[in-house]
Formats: sequence, C-alpha cells, structure tokens
Amino acid sequence: MATTLLSIRGLTTVFHCRQGQIEAFNNVDLDIDQGQVLGLIGETGCGKSVLGMSILRLLPPNGVSRGQIIYKYRDLLGLSPQVMQRIRGAEIGLLPQNPSASLNPVLSVGQQLMEGLRLHRMIKKEKARVAAQTLLGCYGLRGFNNRYDEYPHQLSGGMKQRVLAALSITGKPSLLIADEPTKGLDGVARNQVVALLRQLTRETKMALLLITHDLKVAANLCDQIAVMYCGEIVENGPVGKVLVSPLHPYTQGLLASLPENGLHPIPDYSPGVPGDIQGCRFYPRCRYRQDKCSCQTIKNKRINETYVRCLSASEGREN
Amino acid sequence: MCILENKLAFAGMVIIAMLVILALFAPLLAPHDPYVQSLGQSLIGPCRDYPFGTDEFGRCVLSRIIYGTRISLVIGLGVTTMSTIIGVVLGMVAGFHNGRLDEIIMRVVDVFLAFPGLILALVVAGLLGPGTLNVVIALTVVGWMGYARVIRGAVLAEKEKEYIGAVQTFGAGDCYIMLRHLLPNVMTPIVVMASAGVGYVILAAAGLSFLGLGAEPPAPVWGAMLNYGKAYLQSAPHLTIFPGLAIMITVLAFNFLGDGLRDQLDPRMKNLHFR
Amino acid sequence: MAHYILKRSGLLIIVVFGVTIATFVLMNMAPGDQAEMVAIARYGLENLTADEIENIRISEGLDAPVWVQYFHWLSHIAQGDFGHSLVTGDPVSQEIIARIPATLLLSITSLVFSLLIAIPAGVISAVKHNSFVDHGVRIGAMLGATIPNFWLALLLILLFSVTWDWFPVFGYGTASHIVLPAVTLGAGMAAVTTRLIRAGMLEVLKQDYIISARAHGISEKRVIFRHALKNAFIPVITVIGMQLGHLLEGTVIVESIFAWPGLGKLLVDSIYARDYAVIQACVLLFAVFFVLINLLVDLLYVILDPRIRYDRGAG
Repeated sequence: MATTLLSIRGLTTVFHCRQGQIEAFNNVDLDIDQGQVLGLIGETGCGKSVLGMSILRLLPPNGVSRGQIIYKYRDLLGLSPQVMQRIRGAEIGLLPQNPSASLNPVLSVGQQLMEGLRLHRMIKKEKARVAAQTLLGCYGLRGFNNRYDEYPHQLSGGMKQRVLAALSITGKPSLLIADEPTKGLDGVARNQVVALLRQLTRETKMALLLITHDLKVAANLCDQIAVMYCGEIVENGPVGKVLVSPLHPYTQGLLASLPENGLHPIPDYSPGVPGDIQGCRFYPRCRYRQDKCSCQTIKNKRINETYVRCLSASEGREN
Repeated sequence: MCILENKLAFAGMVIIAMLVILALFAPLLAPHDPYVQSLGQSLIGPCRDYPFGTDEFGRCVLSRIIYGTRISLVIGLGVTTMSTIIGVVLGMVAGFHNGRLDEIIMRVVDVFLAFPGLILALVVAGLLGPGTLNVVIALTVVGWMGYARVIRGAVLAEKEKEYIGAVQTFGAGDCYIMLRHLLPNVMTPIVVMASAGVGYVILAAAGLSFLGLGAEPPAPVWGAMLNYGKAYLQSAPHLTIFPGLAIMITVLAFNFLGDGLRDQLDPRMKNLHFR
Repeated sequence: MAHYILKRSGLLIIVVFGVTIATFVLMNMAPGDQAEMVAIARYGLENLTADEIENIRISEGLDAPVWVQYFHWLSHIAQGDFGHSLVTGDPVSQEIIARIPATLLLSITSLVFSLLIAIPAGVISAVKHNSFVDHGVRIGAMLGATIPNFWLALLLILLFSVTWDWFPVFGYGTASHIVLPAVTLGAGMAAVTTRLIRAGMLEVLKQDYIISARAHGISEKRVIFRHALKNAFIPVITVIGMQLGHLLEGTVIVESIFAWPGLGKLLVDSIYARDYAVIQACVLLFAVFFVLINLLVDLLYVILDPRIRYDRGAG
C-alpha cells in the first residue's frame, strides 16, 4: 500500500463575521496517498474550496482552522508562516479556481513564470527564461514562444489556465490542489483541462486533490472520491465504488440528477449555513430518513473500502 | 467602516449646527466686541477674561473667531450656491442638447479647468480688489466647472431612459423636462458635492484672506487673523493657533458631512472626492 | 498609441488657445486704464501729463480694437516676449525664467517627500488592516488632507524654527531651507496619496492573483511589493498628477510664507503691486504647466498599464 502523503484529522474551519461564526466545514477526515488522485465533490457552497485553501493556509484573515493537517509527518497548522510559505509551491501547489483573475495583470506571463522558477529551482535569469519557455511548450503553448512577453489579458482563458498549470508545478510539488479547474467551461475546453491534469499527474507522479462539482471529470481522473455535503464528508471511497454503487443517499441523489441517469434532481435546496444541526445534515432532503437520523451525531461507517456517514447505509442498497 | 463614517457624518452635522448657532447669535455669545481696541491689553495670552487671548490691538480673539463664522459661512454657502446654479444650468443644457452647444460648453469648462483653481481665484480677487463680495465672485469663477461636468454626465445617462421619451411624446417642452424630470433625478450627486464643497470654499477663502485678498482689515476674518498673527508667532502663538483650529474644524465638519452623505445616498460615488 | 497622443495633443492646443483668450480677457476686465498705469510706471505719478498717457496708448497699441490687441499680444508671447514689468521695467520673460528653478525644486522635493511618506504608510495601513497602526494612519491622513497649508506652515515654523531652532524660518539656498516648505507643501499630497494607496492595496490584496502568488510560495514581502503595489499604484498615478496641480496652487501660499523665490511668490508680489504684465505671464505659465502635467500623467498611465497600452495600440 502506498504511503500517506496528507492526512487531515478533525479539521474544522470557521469564519468570524459580524453576525458571529459561520462554519465552512466541520470535523473533516481525509487522506491522500502519494501519487493518488482524490476527487472532492459536492455542490457549490458545501465548503470544498475552503478545504483546499485551509490546507494551504490561505484563508481570508477572518477564517480560522482547527484540527490537524499532517503533511509528510508535519502538522501544517503548527508551522510558522515562514515555513508554511516554503511549503507552498514547493510541496503543495495550487491550480487556482479562476484562471482569468489569477494571473497578475501588470506582469508578463514570462515574468511570472520566471519568478516561480527562480524561487523554487534557484537558477539564474537566463536559464529560468529557457526553462519557462520549455514549460510553456510542454503545456500546450508550444507554438507561441512569443507569448512569453505577453500580458495575461492577451491570453484566452484556456491559455491562462495552461500558464497557471505550468506555474503551479515550477516547484515540483508532491501534491497539487486543483480548485474547480473546469468551472464554467464548455465541453471541449473541459476535455482539454482533463487531458492537461492527466498529463500533469502522469509526468510528475504527484498527488492531486481535485476539487470539483463535475462528476464526469471526477470519474475520468480520480482514484478516490470524497463527497462533501454541507461542510461534512458524507462518503469517501474508491471511484469504482462511490460513483458506481453509492452508499450515501446524497451521492445517490447526485448521480441520479445527471442527464444520462434521467435528470432527477434532489428535492429542495442545500441549506446555506447548517448551524448546529445535531444529526444528519442531509436529513431534511433524504428519502430514507428515519426519526433517529435527526437526533444523534452520525458516525462514519466502514463498508468494504468506503466510509459513509449514514445510519441506514448498507451493502447492496441501490437506488 | 460604514458605521464609523456615519458617526463622522453625524459629528459633522453637529459641528455645522454649532457653527450656524455661533454665526446667528454672535452678539449674544461673544464675550467682547470684536472691533473694540484696547491697546493696554494687547497680545495677552489665553486667560479667564480672554479665553483665546487678545491680538495686537487688544481685541478679543474668541469674539473675533465667533464673528468670523458669519463671514466664513456666508462665503462658503454663497459660493457653493452660485457655483451650483451655474453648474446645473450649463451642465443640463450641455447634457440635454448634446451637439455643438455641448461641445462649446465643455470646451469652456476645459479651459477653466486648465487653470489651477486657487491661482485663478487669487488673480481674480487681486484684480477686483478687497471685499467679501469679490472673494465670492473669485471663488465662484473657479468653482462651477465640477458641478457642470457631473450634471452633464448624469443628464446624459438619465435622458436615455425610456420615461424621458414617454414625456416627450406628450409634447412636453425642453425646459419642462429639464426642470421637472431631469433635475430631481440628478440632484443626489449635486447634494453630495456641494456639502463637501462648502468646506473647500471656506478653506480657499481663508487662503485668499491669509494672502491679504479678502475682506477689508477691521473685519474679523479667520485667514486674515492668521496673516496678522504670524508677526507675533514667538510672543503670541495663540494668534496663530486658534483661528487655524477654527478653519480646520469647519473644513473637517463639511468633509465629514459630504463623505457621510455620499455613502448614504450613493455608494457608487465612493471615489468622487478623488476627482 | 500614436493616435491617442495625437488626439490628446489636439485637445491640448484648443485648451491652451482658450487659456490665452481667458487670460487676456481677465486682464482687460481689470479696473483702471492700462495706458495710465504704464505711464505711471514709466514716468512716475508726479510728472504725468495727459499727452504722455495718450502717447503710450498709441505706441503700445492700446487704442486698437480688443481683438487686434489680443492677436498682437498673442504673436508676442508666441515669440517668448511677455512685455516688460510695470514695476522694474525688466523683460517679464527674464524674471520668470529666473524664478522657475526654485519652484521646480520645491515642487519635486515635495512630491518626493509625499511619496516617501505615502507609500510606506499606505502599504502598512493596508497590510495591517484595522490594526492600531491602520487607525493611526487613517486619522493622520484625514488631518493631513484637511489642514490648511498656510496654518501648517505657521505651526511648523512655531515648532521647528521658533521653539527648537532646527530649521530657518525663511530663505533660499541651503538644504535646510527647503525642509519646512517642502513638508508643508507635501503634507496634503501625502495624505491623499496614502489614502489611495491604502484603498488600492486593500482591494488588490483580495484579488485572486495575490492568493495565487502566495500559493506559489512567493514571499509575503514580494507579494506585497512586486505583485500588489504595482497594481495598486497605477490608478494612484492619475491622482498624483491631479495633485501636482494642487501642488502648483500650494506654491503660491507656501512660497509667500517662506519667502521662497519662486513663481508663486512672484505672482503674489505682482498682484500686490498690480504688475499686470507679470500677472498675465504667470497665470499663463501656471495654466500651461497644469495642462502639460495632466497630459504627461495620462501618457504615463497608458505606458504603465499593459491593458491600456495594448488595447489602445490595437484600436
């Protein structure tokens, strides 16, 4: 069995606002092995992007995380800001959520790439320039060597994402967090991103935490799937199990709502802020709910290789 | 942030109300006659009889500052009113009849804006000679362009809206449309600009009178008091400190009010005071 | 880009032409008979005769229609001839050229001073948002932006010249002479620039590309000074340009207080002396400076912001 690269235990992140605390997610446990592709899926607003930023410790100033994030035997939450800064980019990289806004508009593409290269690889300016051009070439900007001196606003969204992908691996990280890389893309562009991510993981052997709401992209790329609902991981298991024979009613609902499965939406809407719900957070929308679901803390249950947070989940239950 | 600024706006309003009361009831509130000289008591520091001390002619500085609010407020409000009227008329005409008339008016605005405001005011006031009215004229000459620009922009945006077309189909005249429909809809930025503008006018007027281009000497004008006081900086610093404080507090109060109104009435204009 | 410069320059010529008309009209509206004033300046008040006034009226072309006088005057200033001072009788252009270096020195020193204050203060204030330092900077900026410069000048003199005797009260020549005038003139500008940099930095620090830069492991110092400050500074440049105009205004008062031998003091002295020829030339010069600064700032903005640079170039 592969060694565990990142191990999250009991991680809770809250935001302090004028109205009090708002919980982004609660008591999350998650493991990523070396070279593994883990898909974190869930609806918009369930807290999955915040989880990614919590790992990098790049929350807005009012966000606070509790718990443990063990990366290569070190708890990231206990590190000094200086040490954490050295981890970012070199150990854990980020492919940011919004490519069109994630490149600095007043620095040229080449300047930004070179900055990353010189920082992480300790090489001279001239060598960095060559390396940057090589990187751009590797990631689909081959025919565009002159793009080097261009500014982000001159590139298309897809090109920006490629530049960001190149940028995110300049430090050769062991783990890459890709935050909603296919958000808002059409089919063709989405396939290109999937191919790009596959190229990245295959060439560099790094682990990938793929945060997405797109089940098809997740099915395409991932080894392991974690499903998040309302700030909790409700199901976590191998892709072949979770997306083929889901155990949690929410995962089942997600799959049923896909067009090819007949577009059956889950009734009602996801509650914005769960507050202090005692029992199962999916209870109000669940088809299988029982009275006991709403009054006790639901523990993770292990069924084969899958962990599921549901009282009624059992092997073989299908929708 | 928002709460803090509204607090400041409230503080500004309270200070302005106090200034207005001082101006209206100056004869009752001032401890001494601001004009009466008593040379035996010149250049006394702050004491019980003269809380802000006396000037080189033995006149009570506090009383002169209290009477000075009258002149400052009259100039501030007078100039702002006149600038607003000129700006609104020209801005509305330019925005409504865009075309050659608009082009001419806006070029005139450009030419006036090409002069650094205080320098033009200084020259106009200098050429016209001393007197409060001349200060008002000089500051109006340099103060109306901002209003005209803002109004023109607002009118241009407003007249594209459908209701103006609808009113025109009823056969309403241009003047009627401008006064009855356009003016009320472009008032917000004007109110915001004008309330901060009063502060700037008072500041500029103080600058002019500091340079000796304001009201005639015996009048209790804040800027002029500073000008005469500077000769006694060493022996009587109170002549410099108190009139300056009065100017600064007044300007701050109108700025607070302007900022508060801007945030309340139109958050989109956040950057207005930068322009 | 070239197209843009051309358009701006065309507008500039129209405005400068308008400025000459406005200046000329202003001077002609001034009360008093110009021929009489020239005569008084030339021969003194005692031995003045009506004939001499009439002679001057004819020799100076003051009997011609106003528009002829205007074009006459315009053709002279186009050749750099601003006439003669009514007070000293010297050519105005000489007098003005002699004064330009002092004003330039003072303005540039003030500008540098204001930036030396504003950039660190604005950055610290934004980075330590809502902290004790931030509140201090904000209050300081608020006071700095509203304090009348003539009062600030007097307070500085009171403190640093009268009480402590660190700097001379007025004069020109040594480095210590420039400190108080430059601080006075730069304070207001520093306050406004601080506010803008703070607001800009707060806005920029929230942007995705800053989070992205941090995620790539770039040090906080580099994130702030290379990635954030450059973005925050571009819009500030326009305002600095407009502030330079106010700086010009400020020179009038500050130079008068500190007896700084620049254009501002020359203008005020000429107004006291009713030296119309000098007033006219000063006003014209200030306006042209003002317009040119605005043009330069616009161009600088275009050069600094890659988005505008290329969009304009393409279109």
